[in-house]
Amino acid sequence: MEQVKTKRQGKHRLGHFFATLYIFIMYAVFYLPVVVMVVYSFNDARKNYSWMGFTTRWYAKLFSFSNTSLWDALIYSLIIAVLATVISTVIGVLGAIGLKKFEFKAKKFINMMIYVPIIVPEIVLAVATLILFVTFGIQMGLGSILIGHCTFCIPYAVVTIKGRISGDNDTLEEASMDLGANRLQTFTKVTIPTIMPGVMSAAFLSFTLSIDDVVMSNMLAGGSQSTLPVMILSLNRTGLTGDVNALTTIMIVIMVISMLIYSAIRRRMARKEAQA
Amino acid sequence: MTEGHIQEQKKEKARRKKSRLPMLAQAGPVSIWMILFVTIPLLFIIYISFMTRGPFGGVVYKFSLDSYKTLLDPIYFTVILKSLRVALFTTVLCLLLGYPFAYYIAKQPPERASRLIMLLMIPFWTNSMIRLNSWMLFFQTAGPVNNLLLKLGLIQKPIMFLYTDPLVMLGLVTGMLPFAVLPMYSSIEKLQKNLLEASADLGANPSVTFRKVTLPLTMPGIVSAIILVFIPSLGTYTVTDMLGGGKVLYIGNIIKNQFGSIRNWPLGAALSVLLLAITALLIFLYTRFARVDELEVV
Amino acid sequence: MADSIVSLQHVEKWYGENHVVKDMNLEIPEGEFITLLGPSGCGKTTTLRMIAGFEDATSGIIMVQGERVEEKEPYQRDVNTVFQNYSLFPHMTVFDNVAYGPMIRKAPKDQIKKRVEEMLGLVQMSGYEKRKPDALSGGQKQRVAIARALINNPRVLLLDEPLGALDLKLRKQMQLELKHLQKKLGITFIYVTHDQEEAMTMSDRIAVMHGGNLLQVESPAEIYNHPNTRFVADFIGESNIFFGKVVRVDGDMLSVETAQGRMLTKGSGFAQGDEIFVSIRPEHLQFADTASEGFELPGRVFDQVFIGTLHKTTFRTAGGKEIKASRIDADPGLEDGLERKLFWDPGQSVAIHPTPEDKQEAGK
Repeated sequence: MEQVKTKRQGKHRLGHFFATLYIFIMYAVFYLPVVVMVVYSFNDARKNYSWMGFTTRWYAKLFSFSNTSLWDALIYSLIIAVLATVISTVIGVLGAIGLKKFEFKAKKFINMMIYVPIIVPEIVLAVATLILFVTFGIQMGLGSILIGHCTFCIPYAVVTIKGRISGDNDTLEEASMDLGANRLQTFTKVTIPTIMPGVMSAAFLSFTLSIDDVVMSNMLAGGSQSTLPVMILSLNRTGLTGDVNALTTIMIVIMVISMLIYSAIRRRMARKEAQA
Repeated sequence: MTEGHIQEQKKEKARRKKSRLPMLAQAGPVSIWMILFVTIPLLFIIYISFMTRGPFGGVVYKFSLDSYKTLLDPIYFTVILKSLRVALFTTVLCLLLGYPFAYYIAKQPPERASRLIMLLMIPFWTNSMIRLNSWMLFFQTAGPVNNLLLKLGLIQKPIMFLYTDPLVMLGLVTGMLPFAVLPMYSSIEKLQKNLLEASADLGANPSVTFRKVTLPLTMPGIVSAIILVFIPSLGTYTVTDMLGGGKVLYIGNIIKNQFGSIRNWPLGAALSVLLLAITALLIFLYTRFARVDELEVV
Repeated sequence: MADSIVSLQHVEKWYGENHVVKDMNLEIPEGEFITLLGPSGCGKTTTLRMIAGFEDATSGIIMVQGERVEEKEPYQRDVNTVFQNYSLFPHMTVFDNVAYGPMIRKAPKDQIKKRVEEMLGLVQMSGYEKRKPDALSGGQKQRVAIARALINNPRVLLLDEPLGALDLKLRKQMQLELKHLQKKLGITFIYVTHDQEEAMTMSDRIAVMHGGNLLQVESPAEIYNHPNTRFVADFIGESNIFFGKVVRVDGDMLSVETAQGRMLTKGSGFAQGDEIFVSIRPEHLQFADTASEGFELPGRVFDQVFIGTLHKTTFRTAGGKEIKASRIDADPGLEDGLERKLFWDPGQSVAIHPTPEDKQEAGK
């Protein structure tokens, strides 16, 4: 009896070891490019072809603002991402509620269309939009890129927020109106607060999708300013310099820190509630 | 018609108007956006694919099947087949690597599982172009991999990893894996433990339980993963552009080129329509397993 | 009709092809506790929602405090609702939930605070102000929901199966509390439930609904003792219901021939040859070795159960119909399989005219 037990345990422990090892290797592979990015931001070489020793001069160069085209690209990307986030989140909130609550003839069709940008390869939609815009003489630039970004951000926002709207929302809205709140008051005081976590993740998702987008940004830019990812794609041919790595390293550090702060605030709020 | 009737009808109209305003305000913007910037462009690109190529680029509005005939030209046809093959390999690899990964996370306590998922997402907040560039730095001629192999004496000359299909596949697989893991994770997580216990209780060994219970019940997640990996892999051009250095051509690159230097719009349109058709076919197959809005995209 | 606080006149509701409320007429006087009772899908909740303003009546008149309200939005109507699933706002504390009504009306802050405290005291929830709904039990949530609905001083409170999600013991307790609250406040409660026991416990009047029709609106005792339809007899309490033909009329005494045997009942408005339902409560059913005059209804003991206060006996007739009897005292000689003659005081059974729907059902 004793022996059977230990044999079974031993088998489990071995399986556990291999499972953990596997997971560890997988995460290592996911993080490897990030580590390489950070390491090469400290590479003392004119171009990142090989390791030439440690330096912080790329960070110094970055903050001397001598490489204006890099900063221009970043600012352009940020402007587009912020605008795309705001537009997509607003349309996404309204759309998710509207598509959940109302019945109308084209609803099935619109629901289908929402999944198109999510599933169809981005290049197809980018090219289709490009042909349409060029044919109808629409000026390429910030506006066209923004439209392109919103076209794939809105569906993600709608789907994310829709998942947050439960059957309870209808009766919560009824309860609010029953207590004397009109439709607008009900929307701002009940509907929006109850789906707020969904709205936040929709906004976050829209921002990350927009700031990292290459395909739409590239196809719909015309001759205008490039976004940061497009610039990196084109610089790649001639070799990237360390300041690009320095910039993207700083960006990921900011993202992770703001995410940690956000979740710390949420956890603290949850704890406060539990105490009350 | 009595007066009462007419009044009833008036009331009905007023009521309908009352409920239509919030509907228009909420469902209106998204509907208009989707029709203007998804439906119309897609219909237009299908239309363009049946037009004639202009002598100096652009489009001559005359019906022709030339673009589709060109797709059968061996130069393009081999690229299409190769893209399909690479997308298929990528998908299979993502499933094989991703399923155990998703399974492991799903079996963790909820708190730990959500932390592991978070940990999976963080690398993907770094700029995707820079991540691809990192793979290049890692595998380049004077990069760490070649240096290590040289030092160990395993090779005498650096290996040329860059601009090869295997490196493109590596970029695709590492880039696409989360999109395979997430839907599979959520369907494995939904799997009730008591079903597995019931199966074991009824005498099935773990491998039978896996084949007869776990696998069928997590099928929707697997099919979601297939769609979310295969279709983007088939249409990619950034991965091939960065890691293939423009030497390795896929459908995505060819489409893109038709709108750059080469300017054969109808051909680009026809290739796009081909991608659309493949997507539609896969979605049709998917609907036999689950509904489209159950596709775990976020 | 002027003294009705809520009045429904020829109210109809169609959902597409579904006729869910049929020509509903109901007058509810001020201060009454009235219950809309019926099985799910009978139209009771729809009726309540039309009074609240969440649904529009397809046609008909709805009046609250003598004013027509069909064109008014829910937030313009002076009625408040307690919802089935509580519907407390999850992002607000108990205090903010209860304060929602006066807050929307922009009442002064100190006044809101006073009112909320008063309301929470009324439902015995003082001290829970800072909790979120998630941190409350089902019963506590329901108390908060009641406080929230009462803070606007409605003349009419609508309650949609408010106790549906609570366990039995808590439910019984809350039933009595609600009844006391209604008496204390003196306002009208319109209560929706599918639980007939709950309806009997709390109501001044019960309105029984079935298939969109309002069948009977009377006091609980009247409904119990004199159901006007087979459905009401069957739905309210336990009943043995026989279907047969009147074979002899002698004043108000009817002799009825059924598939199970012959019986007597009192009833009016029947002629010889009429189809009839005879309904007898288990507690009124008697059994002995010999039947009383006019009864020819034998049955064999099929099952006996003692439930603490009552001895319940189930008989089976030769045709297989089960007939239930309950007595306070045990009958020691009674054994499964024994035959007994069944009978009752004809004044305690109810003679019911079949409705067209009943006839359809009987035809099957």
